[in-house]
Amino acid sequence: MSEVELHGEHQHPHLQHHFEDLGQQHVTVTLGMWAFLATEILFFGGFFFAYTLYRHAYPEAWTIGAHHNNITLGTINTAVLICSSLTMAMGVYFSQLGRRKPLVNSILATIFLGLVFVIIKGVEYAEHVREGFFPGVLFTYSGPEARHVELFMVFYFGMTALHALHMLVGFGILTWLVIRAQQGWYSAEYYGPVEVVGLYWHFVDIVWIFLFPLLYLINRHG
Amino acid sequence: MTTTTVHDNLIPPSERAEPGPSYLSDGHTVASWLLTKDHKRIAILYLVSITFMFMLGGFFAFMMRLELLTPQGDLLTSDTYNKFFTMHGLIMVFFFLIPSIPATLGNFLLPLMIGAKDLAFPRINLLSWYLYIIGAGFGLFVVLFGGVDTGWTFYTPFSTQYSNTWVIPITLAAFIVGFSSILTGLNFVVTTHKMRAPGMTWFRLPLFVWSMYATSLVMMLATPVLGITLMLLIIERTLRVGIFDPALGGDPILFQHMFWFYSHPAVYIMILPGMGVISEVIAAFSRKRIYGYRFVAFSSLAIAFLGFLVWAHHLLVAGISIYSAMIFSFLSFLVAIPSAVKVFNWTATLYRGSISLDTPMLYALGFLGFFLVGGLTGLFLAALGLDVHVHDTYFVIAHFHYIMVGGAVMAYFAGLHFWWPKISGRLYPEFWGRLAAMVTFVGFNLTFFPQFVLGYLGMPRRYHAYVPEFQVLNVMSTAGATVLGVGYALPLFYLLWSLKYGKIAGKNPWEAVGLEWETSSPPPTQNFTETPVVTWEAYQRNLPEVLIERG
Amino acid sequence: MSDPHSENETDLRHHVTNKVVYFTIFILLMGLTALTTGIAFVNLGIFNTPVALGIAVCKASLVILYFMHVRWSPRLTWVVILTAFSFLGVMFVMTFADYLSRGWAWPATGPWVQ
Repeated sequence: MSEVELHGEHQHPHLQHHFEDLGQQHVTVTLGMWAFLATEILFFGGFFFAYTLYRHAYPEAWTIGAHHNNITLGTINTAVLICSSLTMAMGVYFSQLGRRKPLVNSILATIFLGLVFVIIKGVEYAEHVREGFFPGVLFTYSGPEARHVELFMVFYFGMTALHALHMLVGFGILTWLVIRAQQGWYSAEYYGPVEVVGLYWHFVDIVWIFLFPLLYLINRHG
Repeated sequence: MTTTTVHDNLIPPSERAEPGPSYLSDGHTVASWLLTKDHKRIAILYLVSITFMFMLGGFFAFMMRLELLTPQGDLLTSDTYNKFFTMHGLIMVFFFLIPSIPATLGNFLLPLMIGAKDLAFPRINLLSWYLYIIGAGFGLFVVLFGGVDTGWTFYTPFSTQYSNTWVIPITLAAFIVGFSSILTGLNFVVTTHKMRAPGMTWFRLPLFVWSMYATSLVMMLATPVLGITLMLLIIERTLRVGIFDPALGGDPILFQHMFWFYSHPAVYIMILPGMGVISEVIAAFSRKRIYGYRFVAFSSLAIAFLGFLVWAHHLLVAGISIYSAMIFSFLSFLVAIPSAVKVFNWTATLYRGSISLDTPMLYALGFLGFFLVGGLTGLFLAALGLDVHVHDTYFVIAHFHYIMVGGAVMAYFAGLHFWWPKISGRLYPEFWGRLAAMVTFVGFNLTFFPQFVLGYLGMPRRYHAYVPEFQVLNVMSTAGATVLGVGYALPLFYLLWSLKYGKIAGKNPWEAVGLEWETSSPPPTQNFTETPVVTWEAYQRNLPEVLIERG
Repeated sequence: MSDPHSENETDLRHHVTNKVVYFTIFILLMGLTALTTGIAFVNLGIFNTPVALGIAVCKASLVILYFMHVRWSPRLTWVVILTAFSFLGVMFVMTFADYLSRGWAWPATGPWVQ
């Protein structure tokens, strides 16, 4: 059997040479993304862990800090990301059915909603800076628990910025995906990349699902 | 069916002038190496890179040992000495030990051992190497432009507030190579799950694969926590906020908790692959199956798991609660058990084996002795009362060097020599190999055994000066370091020499068992000419010829 | 977990989740978001935080099970997710054990002692 004959049996243009067949490629790539998300759970988890420790130590400062966040914008942003998760899930759905145009539209919608999120976040950040709540030399709040409130703001900015960074990377990946989708790469036979990009995006959504109550909803009752 | 000609196959390996066509001859341009997706070429890229870093880290160690010839701090200022032990530690841990066996031998062998054409994600494999190089670039910048003096452990608040050295670039370097490590681990885990050849069930896998799998799990789960810890360090240093600063409400011990949550599992990243190599070498040179295969396989997983539960034994005297200290002390005793299981099983394998003392076996036997001492002294350190006395002394340094150098580095050299014929297609001169192994053995003992005594007598670590009573032992240690240096330098010369002048190796010069020995030396780019179908157990000898002959 | 090739024909490649399922989960997620914000203003005493986190866990579970298809995924996927959370849990529990037990044997100082 020559090399040509070996490959002749499965000529799918997107089958990578070191896999036996598309099935193996699909399950491998999917496991790869899940494994990556596991590392991200530990990465963000470390941040959540330090946050929890300090929240336990400084509950009053954490309350002051959280109250300084805009709960309306936070809720809207949460809803925006959930919408983007829906559009992403629909994108996977359409790719499995080989429907190119709806797939492309779904990905574009996901990017658009993600951009809305980031813009709203930017508005919130600007507000914090203006009010002297950015940690470091720009921090001017001198009310009760100032040093510990500054620590809260380190966690607020650190965690949301890390999250936003993941969204920016997501935009890059989604752009790459939508170009491929537009070129007709995906079908019922080969939709793995859409699936795994979807997994990544949903993970980013889940991080925010936890960030929102932890950073915005502390002791909001009267 | 094969990529060699019929003519080549008829010439016995010993009479050939060159190895046949292989992954080494598959492209000679720089681009074919720097843009390769072949796991074997990537392994070579790593091999060259980490060898360079090993020499750089060794240079710092040698300077430290020179300083310590005399009780006074007369060769280096204390600031410079601080920089030297910091850079020695950082380079050796992050740029040598952690990548060493996984990125070189693991990359090269894993697909071969499981019968695959490559790893699951070849391009991510190449990305891992580039991330390593970028991180090493940051590291080299720091080394060349003033160094860093915080100790490789970056304890706060010195690293965040008081150190005037390149803390942020070096933490970025560690962060970036950490990412390289994570991606390698991910690649290996997914490959082991999804790319095994037909018939290659989990319990037919070579034990090297089990240990690489366990190592990769640790790489994936622990390294991200280092990433976040270093990020917080950078934030604190840049913004001057109080994450770890007590004056501003932070806790320096939190840094230590988070740092060691990674760094303790990291030491298992450094030793587990070595244990895998030792399993292979002892099996091959005793011409036997490893005794208690399943015990050894599961012990790798047990070490990986338990290794996550013991990190605060590095904080026993730092200010954690006594109850917490007792728990971590107890768990640290537990983690010795699976390691001991391995040592028992290796010894049982040797018993009544048909032992040949080739170079890899000499290194492996050295490993057994050194690892035993290193592991037992770890138990000493885990005992709370004793730790109060020997924490931060040379006892600790001796302990971890016995494991990291006497263990991991010896295992690395064992593996390098064992698989050198497979990787290069050439045999190195056996006399020089054995000589290097023995010189290393002597040099190592002379360097590090005195340090146990020094530590017990109270010599603190990270000091460039000491009381005159300690000089004799220090001189012994430095003499040993010189001998050790010779032992490490020798392979550099004869291995490189063998690339041009060594005898052609042939498929299986050691008559070992494993899929990697069933393909040519060096292997073709796609590893096997036909996908292997495995019907025999791990390390099984005396197979009918028809099962082995394949193209 | 014996022969890797038998796992290639997983349901995942052929299972197409019904559109209705996606939209139902979406409605649930939006509802839970409104709930978590609304209930934050209700005084539940010490239960405010557990309730907020509980709702977050519900939302995350819905995303994981349905949007990320884990409901129909192979067992290995579940193992990966649970493993990651378990080790995160180890970090939380064992470190908190230290902080909470400081001051039990002898007086401790610092913000950790309540």
